[in-house]
Amino acid sequence: MQKILLGNEAIAQGAIDAGLSGAYGYPGTPSTEIIEYITAGPDAKSGKIKAHWSTNEKVATEEALGMSFAGKRAMVTMKHVGLNVAADAFINMAISGINGGLVVVVADDLSQHSSQNEQDSRFYGKFAMLPILEPSNQQEAYDMMAYAFDLSEKTKLPVLLRSVTRLSHSRANVTVKDKKNQNSLQLLDDTKRFALIPSFAKLQYKGLIEKQKDLEKIAEQSPWNTYQEGEDTSLGIIASGIAINYLLENYPEKVPYDVLKVSHYPLPKEQVRKMFDRVDKILVLEDGYPFIEEMIGDYLGRDQKVIGRLTGAIPRTGELNPNIVAYALGLEEHIDSDIPEIVVGRPPQLCPGCGHIDLYEELNDIIPEIGDNRVFSDIGCYSLGVLEPYDAIDTIIDMGASIPMAKGAADAGLLPAIAVIGDSTFTHSGMTGLLSAVWDNSPITVIISDNSAVAMTGAQPSAAMGRLYDIAKGLGVKKEHIKIIIPLKKYHDKNVEMIKEELDYQGVSLIIAQRPCVTMSNDKKDLARQFNTFEPSY
Amino acid sequence: MKKDIIISGVGGQGILTISAVLDTAALESGFNVKQSEVHGMSQRGGAVQAHVRVSDQPVYSDLIPKAKADLILSVEPMELLRYLPYLSPEGYLVTDINPFKNIANYPDEADLKAQIEQFPHHRIVDARTLAKKAGNFRAANVVMIGAVSDLLPFDEALLKKVIADLFKRKGDRIVQMNLDAFELGKAAVLSQEV
Ligand SMILES: Cc1ncc(C[n+]2csc(CCOP(=O)(O)OP(=O)(O)O)c2C)c(N)n1
Ligand code: SF4
Repeated sequence: MQKILLGNEAIAQGAIDAGLSGAYGYPGTPSTEIIEYITAGPDAKSGKIKAHWSTNEKVATEEALGMSFAGKRAMVTMKHVGLNVAADAFINMAISGINGGLVVVVADDLSQHSSQNEQDSRFYGKFAMLPILEPSNQQEAYDMMAYAFDLSEKTKLPVLLRSVTRLSHSRANVTVKDKKNQNSLQLLDDTKRFALIPSFAKLQYKGLIEKQKDLEKIAEQSPWNTYQEGEDTSLGIIASGIAINYLLENYPEKVPYDVLKVSHYPLPKEQVRKMFDRVDKILVLEDGYPFIEEMIGDYLGRDQKVIGRLTGAIPRTGELNPNIVAYALGLEEHIDSDIPEIVVGRPPQLCPGCGHIDLYEELNDIIPEIGDNRVFSDIGCYSLGVLEPYDAIDTIIDMGASIPMAKGAADAGLLPAIAVIGDSTFTHSGMTGLLSAVWDNSPITVIISDNSAVAMTGAQPSAAMGRLYDIAKGLGVKKEHIKIIIPLKKYHDKNVEMIKEELDYQGVSLIIAQRPCVTMSNDKKDLARQFNTFEPSY
Repeated sequence: MKKDIIISGVGGQGILTISAVLDTAALESGFNVKQSEVHGMSQRGGAVQAHVRVSDQPVYSDLIPKAKADLILSVEPMELLRYLPYLSPEGYLVTDINPFKNIANYPDEADLKAQIEQFPHHRIVDARTLAKKAGNFRAANVVMIGAVSDLLPFDEALLKKVIADLFKRKGDRIVQMNLDAFELGKAAVLSQEV
């Protein structure tokens, strides 16, 4: 049967049809729709498949590993920077190996449409010495999930499936197959390989290294890597993932050159060697960092047989498109485009009526008194407070950085120091930072801008809902210094007073600014109000 | 047959609904389709666009190459011009004339209109007013589908069926309102240069 599926939906449907038992993830553009699709489907609703928004990517990965340990097929999804958070689990489960098939789906956000960077997850796959799959279109994304689970169970290793924004967020016709049965519980006779004390772990690590030869052989014969010879051997092209589409767009009939399509790593060495022997020059087309180019290029740049992003044939940053590829092939003379001058930029902004706005207006009333350069913030809708007209926050680095940065700055003598963090970011990775500050009785004021949602990624439910007060108290923030305010114009003056009071306190104070995100449905808002039972502190 | 269409607007204006109608019509007509869209930060009031590619041949790139779009369909006039580099020399520019002003330096509306009118194949529609006439200004995006229906490679009856199906769960009244919006959009361009 044919369906129109978003790349992310194709990944989700492919996993379901491959006998998936559990999907875990933390929202993040461009990966979010994978879990959302599974959650909305009949199997998750009837409880046949577990679909869960975990508190962060590391937790999600470990939950998936637990399911795999019990013998069932599990998937974990995240955006590229999420893999930084999950890295400890990711690298070490390559050492332990898995039991039931485990696929780690990471969506890279090239051109940084919604991200702090455009890091390339293939480096993590290589670092962990794991097989990497890189679908080139929605059909492959669907078909590869079954292949990935089989490969995972065959090699007893997790498999990394790397998507990119343009695949994850593009729809196409996809032919879907019948659904396979799920694995039953399958316990291991011996669990030692999952217990990584050095004596066991050393053996496992050696085993992983020995497996590399097999992984290379499998990739060499993989149906996803193909070599097509061309008539003109002045050039050969290695195209990975979706880059092949941009090449074919420019040569819809037949590419005149040798083409190696790479969608399964380790890089198929024999096929690369064949290209080196047959052609004069090799153009590497890859969406992301120059991963393949760096591996096969000439480090000293003496012969420049291999060209790509490192040599300037392709721009060093940003996603590929058909025009950049045409330019690299000499089919087009320039790649800049002329948008009429009358068109001005339209950056994203906080929605009218958003509670974050009121909070920033309150803070901005205080800053002139206490001085600039002291509001450490975090990642979420409230990050947009860095832009005009608010210009209310100074730093946005990675999820959870606000509280530790405020503590570090306070340690340096920058007083008062303020952290502004969202509710979901707080439960993702703010809590440990808060405990560290409480432990050291640091003079900082933490403001949780609590909208009862993971709003930036589409208002997914937040694990923090109704729990923030108790968490803060449990982590040791003194009850007298946990305040609840409602960021509404009518409370502006009261809120300013309350924040000022807490700024004077020479220990950790925590203010919960609580008002549901205005884009949520009325049902969701009502639910949030039921959970948020604590009265404002005035 | 090949149609490359860019749909543009501001996050929250409902361009994904337009794309969904075109995708479904393409699937039901037995065509290949690729449709790239924007999720994430820009959906908060930023510039958003969808690339819709429909063909009876394989569609490779998810993105339309520059100067290849047969149609740019916009629900906002400045957002129409943002994608001008994609317009093919024979392509059509079709837009709702009502500006979405959420930025301080929004350009002069008359200047915008004059720039659009320089192009031989353009259609300017007051979709907001027509949508209100149909029953709700939110149906402006469906007015715009009506305004380009003759440029699409689909039967009109199929387009209407897809629209009706899309709104079915919201009840007959909403279905009828959207079908009216479609008709008003279609009628509005009949009087214009084609
Ligand atoms: C490690 C990591 N995971 C996920 C994301 C994607 N992400 C950015 S903001 C955000 C939501 C934050 O929610 P919250 O803190 O409640 O703020 P809100 O958007 O609701 O204002 C997410 C999930 C990210 N940038 N980094
Ligand atoms: S989505 Fe919600 S939290 Fe984000 S800007 Fe809009 S109202 Fe604010």
